[in-house]
Amino acid sequence: MTVYLTRRYRFCAGHRLHSDALSAEENRRVYGKCNNPHAHGHNYVLEVTVAGAVDQPSGMVFDLVALDRIVAERVIERFDHKNLNLDTENFRTQVPTTENLCIEIYKLLQPPLEIAGAERGLQLDRVRLEETSLNSFEYVPDRAGHRVI
Amino acid sequence: MIYVTRRAEFSASHYYHNPQFSPDENRRIFGKCNNPLGHGHNYTVEATVAGEIDGATGMVMDLKELKVLLEQEVIQVMDHKFLNKEVPAFAEKNPTTENIAVEIWNLLAPKLARGTLHRIRVYETPDLFVDYYGK
Repeated sequence: MTVYLTRRYRFCAGHRLHSDALSAEENRRVYGKCNNPHAHGHNYVLEVTVAGAVDQPSGMVFDLVALDRIVAERVIERFDHKNLNLDTENFRTQVPTTENLCIEIYKLLQPPLEIAGAERGLQLDRVRLEETSLNSFEYVPDRAGHRVI
Repeated sequence: MIYVTRRAEFSASHYYHNPQFSPDENRRIFGKCNNPLGHGHNYTVEATVAGEIDGATGMVMDLKELKVLLEQEVIQVMDHKFLNKEVPAFAEKNPTTENIAVEIWNLLAPKLARGTLHRIRVYETPDLFVDYYGK
């Protein structure tokens, strides 16, 4: 029996979409106003979904206090009120699109969460990131027998 | 396969407590949720049914049936109740959102006339929700 628990978090960050592999003109064409060299920002909403068996008698999949602490330490403190291109190590060599940010956040969270929940076989199921209220991105690693929606 | 989802809301109170734990352990593990007088939430339930589209009606199922089922099986049982004390399923089991999702699945799944229950999602707050797929 697997239950999926999702918690939402918020952080605000700036970024500029620009690839050194493209010419200045190509960067403007591909990224449009997101290529503005002065950067711009978003209020990101992060959804973290963990999957596991429900521990009884606590009735919980995972300790929410521990989840909050791990997300705060690994993600929020790293990215909140930062320039993703200039203030973080994660985007020295890759463009801080929300797609890449999703995958980075998954990589940051998976080891500590799955170690903390190891005795219950806890898995980080997915990371979903809303860049604005109109667009969102979701990273779900390929796993056999994964759920559809 | 098409998935149709119906939402319903209920408000209830609960607290978390395990009689096998000492008072100290209960406070440490469950934090402010251990307050024995209870606290409450506005819960939102999403029931998702999977099925094929009926050629004659163009529908997977009559969503009114799902609405009535949610009302009879879930809302009438849990709305404006103290879950620990007034819902038998939680007499000896903590009414965590995880356990509530599994309980709602168990209440609804056998009663569906058409389609199969695919997912129960329960929001405890807009920032915290649980999904259960029946296995």
